[in-house]
Amino acid sequence: MNVAADLAMRAASGVPAKADALSVHNVSHSYGSRQALRDVSLSVPSSRFTALLGLNGAGKTTLFSLITRLYDTRHGSIEVLGHPVSREPGHALRLLGVVFQARTLDLDISVMENLLYHAALHGIGSREARRRSHAALEEVGLADRARDAVRNLSGGQMRRVEIARALLHQPRVLVLDEPTVGLDVASRSAILRHVRKLVEERGVAVLWATHLLDEVVDGDAVVVLHRGKVLAAGDVSEVVASVGAEDMRGAFIALTGTVAEGPE
Amino acid sequence: MSATQLMKRDGFGLLQYLICLRGIAWREALRFVHQRERFVSALVRPLVWLFIFAAGFRQILGVSIIPPYDTYVLYEVYVTPGLMAMIQLFNGMQSSLSMVYDREMGNMRMLLVSPFPRWYLLTSKLLASTVVSILQVYAYLFVAWLWGVEPPAWGYVSVLPALALSGMMLGSLGMLLSSAIRQLENFAGVMNFVIFPMFFASSALYPLWLVQQSSPVVYTICWLNPFTYAVELIRFALYNEVDWISLGVVTAMTVVFTVGAIIAYDPARGLIARRGGGGG
Repeated sequence: MNVAADLAMRAASGVPAKADALSVHNVSHSYGSRQALRDVSLSVPSSRFTALLGLNGAGKTTLFSLITRLYDTRHGSIEVLGHPVSREPGHALRLLGVVFQARTLDLDISVMENLLYHAALHGIGSREARRRSHAALEEVGLADRARDAVRNLSGGQMRRVEIARALLHQPRVLVLDEPTVGLDVASRSAILRHVRKLVEERGVAVLWATHLLDEVVDGDAVVVLHRGKVLAAGDVSEVVASVGAEDMRGAFIALTGTVAEGPE
Repeated sequence: MSATQLMKRDGFGLLQYLICLRGIAWREALRFVHQRERFVSALVRPLVWLFIFAAGFRQILGVSIIPPYDTYVLYEVYVTPGLMAMIQLFNGMQSSLSMVYDREMGNMRMLLVSPFPRWYLLTSKLLASTVVSILQVYAYLFVAWLWGVEPPAWGYVSVLPALALSGMMLGSLGMLLSSAIRQLENFAGVMNFVIFPMFFASSALYPLWLVQQSSPVVYTICWLNPFTYAVELIRFALYNEVDWISLGVVTAMTVVFTVGAIIAYDPARGLIARRGGGGG
């Protein structure tokens, strides 16, 4: 079933969409006269990897800016585990871990200092912050780089630090905007593997925005966003079947009339 | 809405708020130390004025006995409060520059997606940058003391609240400007249109009565310039006195600039969302 239709049905029957870690209802957003999002609805279930698939300019980054409350949601609503982002931003943002497309580490200071700063921004005291930061760096294989200036890390390492950082406050939902852009193949797959492990082992709900089709596999949930509109949503197999395509690549071409990137 | 209500609403206690403030202040200090050029130029700039400019000017400019001074004073002594305020002006604009830079580079986002209320995050940043500016001022005062500029001993203490307030005013002005500056390149404009006019058209370098004699128009501009009041507040406080008018003006302007900056950075009302800024 289409996610939007599913939501509409639940709304009609009065059942709150509790199982959804992140839900976006009928969100539109425009910059002046240019409409970036039109009536977008989607949901990210707990313990699932949901890919937000769209070409550059599809509106992914705008959607992330609304989810993280950098912009105010004027039309529609966004909820993180039932907390509306615009009315209860404190609660919603606490449950949310974010990796932006643009690098957001402070290059001048060390890896550890970056992590401690983030922890402080979530009200985590320094001893606990240090403990968590060490554990998080250990997990992404960068424990030995804690004292290095971020400037001296590679692109892939910076991303891993950003993911470690996004998890410091133990969010239930992790949203990542094109996290593998500009990385080599090995770094890409390492990061993807790590995030999928988080879904399996910790039950984190992940929204992974990408324009790379090979990052989406059978068993994932997928939302196809094109020119600000959701064209299809559901399990990969459902979306592929709904348009009568053979695979996700075929389905994407059939839905959007364009070709996304990714190896054959 | 009261502070306790707000805290309940986002589920943080006082301790968490303090941790957040400390984290922001700590990063501000780290950045200041790491950016060595900024650190060195912040210390050298006022000293250049003191050692060179003041040395040249003391022969040309006689300063008469005006409050808070009770004797004739050397030009170095007269210009010191002006240079203290200049340090804070530059620091305020520097942190505005770094906010624009952070916004372009994206690390501003990490601050803005913190679950703490945005007014609190911005005010914390303001406090942090004020603390950094005060440390610079005291470093300058130490060198000035070696140079023979010796205000009363208690003046070093009584000037502290004045510096806190003037630092907040100039920091909040910088923050408000940072919300309006779209790109880093525009910062040169801030230098030309904010820092220089504010500094020169004020009582920092010359007493206002002297300005009034030569040009009533410039005098009016100086009189309208909030920076003048920051300078005078510091000048009087350094001599254990309170200039109530300056205190009132600086307080009022701090409130205006801070509220303006909070509105400008507010996602619902601010300017950032409307023009699609904020990077990416």
